[in-house]
Amino acid sequence: MTDPHPDLAMTDTPDSPAPRRMATHAREALPQAPVKISTRNLDFHYDQFHALKGINLDIPEKRVTALIGPSGCGKSTLLRVYNRIYALYPKQEARGEVLLDGENILGPKYPMNRLRSKVGMVFQKPVPFPMTIYENIAYAIRHHERLSRRQMDERVEQALGQAALWDEVKDKLDKSALGLSGGQQQRLCIARAVALRPDVLLLDEPTSALDPISTSRIEQLIADLKDDYTIVIVTHNMQQAARVSDYTAFMYLGDLIEHDETHTIFSNPSQQQTEDYITGRFG
Amino acid sequence: MSAVADRLYRRRRFGNAAAIGISCVAAGFGLFFLGWILWTLVAKAAGGISLDLFTQMTPPPMQEGGGLANAFFGSAVMCALAIAIGTPLGVAAGTWLSEYGFARKTGTVVRFVNDILLSAPSIVLGLFVYTLIVMQTGGNFSALAGAISLAFIVLPVVVRTTDEMLRLVSVQMREAALSLGVPQWKVIVQVLYRSASAGIITGILLALARISGETAPLLFTAFGNQYWNTDIMRPMASVPVVMYQYAGSPYESWQQLAWAGALVLTAFVLVVSIGARALLLRRKISHD
Repeated sequence: MTDPHPDLAMTDTPDSPAPRRMATHAREALPQAPVKISTRNLDFHYDQFHALKGINLDIPEKRVTALIGPSGCGKSTLLRVYNRIYALYPKQEARGEVLLDGENILGPKYPMNRLRSKVGMVFQKPVPFPMTIYENIAYAIRHHERLSRRQMDERVEQALGQAALWDEVKDKLDKSALGLSGGQQQRLCIARAVALRPDVLLLDEPTSALDPISTSRIEQLIADLKDDYTIVIVTHNMQQAARVSDYTAFMYLGDLIEHDETHTIFSNPSQQQTEDYITGRFG
Repeated sequence: MSAVADRLYRRRRFGNAAAIGISCVAAGFGLFFLGWILWTLVAKAAGGISLDLFTQMTPPPMQEGGGLANAFFGSAVMCALAIAIGTPLGVAAGTWLSEYGFARKTGTVVRFVNDILLSAPSIVLGLFVYTLIVMQTGGNFSALAGAISLAFIVLPVVVRTTDEMLRLVSVQMREAALSLGVPQWKVIVQVLYRSASAGIITGILLALARISGETAPLLFTAFGNQYWNTDIMRPMASVPVVMYQYAGSPYESWQQLAWAGALVLTAFVLVVSIGARALLLRRKISHD
């Protein structure tokens, strides 16, 4: 339905593919989405380093929120708090509250594995597991649910279909996933995440290791997926943020500078720093 | 200007040629002795290779014929036992080092202690097992004690390779698997081991190659046995120990058997080492 207009000039109207433009024009009519993730006074430390400073940010449900900002601003750190993947490392610590559907995921009682089945994550570098394509998808489902062989087949097909990968791999499901191309591997990782039927998808620069064609496929995929999922995407590419997101948060040196509808951020930001960054004057 | 460049270039070319020359001589020196050793081995042992070698028992003194069947069997049993004891412990310890102890002080200490064990003289390990097991059981030499002393050699090798191979698996792979809500132990067993399997198996094979030629720890533990024995609670023959006894004997037929045993042992170690390398290489290629 679209081509992603990679040459889109970002100072001009940021939204491009037709459906997005309509959505923006009908901005007043866009129903206020309920808050899915509410970040309250979030502080984050890497050992001594204060990486996030009192972040307050609401992520609306079934919308795409982009986190942008120069390297080291804390956008990936914030993303890594939302599924507590940072907790792997003993010297990293988050303080404050992150409410997912009203429950504090940073609380000691919140079960980590349930959190991660509800909040899926896709990383910068595609990392297929050293197994078959089928097993890559089925692996985590098996841990969370008991499915019959046929149900599992359906789930795998559905997940690969959602990730727009089914047609390319349906004849080689029993082949190693390591043989797929980079773009296919990344879509496999997205399929792996959506196969668990999460509520939220976290994408950490999901296209920065991919070629332009794979990138546009993933962006198209993001547009399709937001009907079902709340998506938070970290990106260094501002055109990408403008193309795929409904809301954009601009971060700088661990502070949240501005958060608004993408249209507003890119056309009429309220902070000078945001404007400077978006127009390429620093960062 | 260009004259200076020319001079510089000529000097570098000379330096380059000299360095390559010295490296080649050094490599040739090493290869020459390796070739010599292998040649001597083949020349001396060729006459002793026959079917009897694998079917007959070690002969008593002054008797012609005989073979090393009981020694081959003993070596196989003790090596297999040593691998069976050392591998699970080593993999478990290596996993702990890589996955749980990486950022802790205890991890550093354990890794250091393991490195000491790695370079411990094997005769010390033999003496240790001698006092620990043989002496405690009333001076009862046994194949089990031999296998345990060999397991002490296997253990640090497997710990080290498991640790290193697991740490080669990318952080992203761990994070990707954990971000699916799969618990850490499952991620380690089902994803990380699969990624690191070729390397870990290579480590085990190299440990096998190493222990199959160990003599010192067996002298104090398995002792040796003139006869066929399948009871691991009793003394058992092994190829290196028989070689040690026979090569130093005055009987020509015994010396011949020692050479033949040496050749078979060397061939086995060679096959295992090449197998280990091939496994690692194949794995590397298919990953890229």
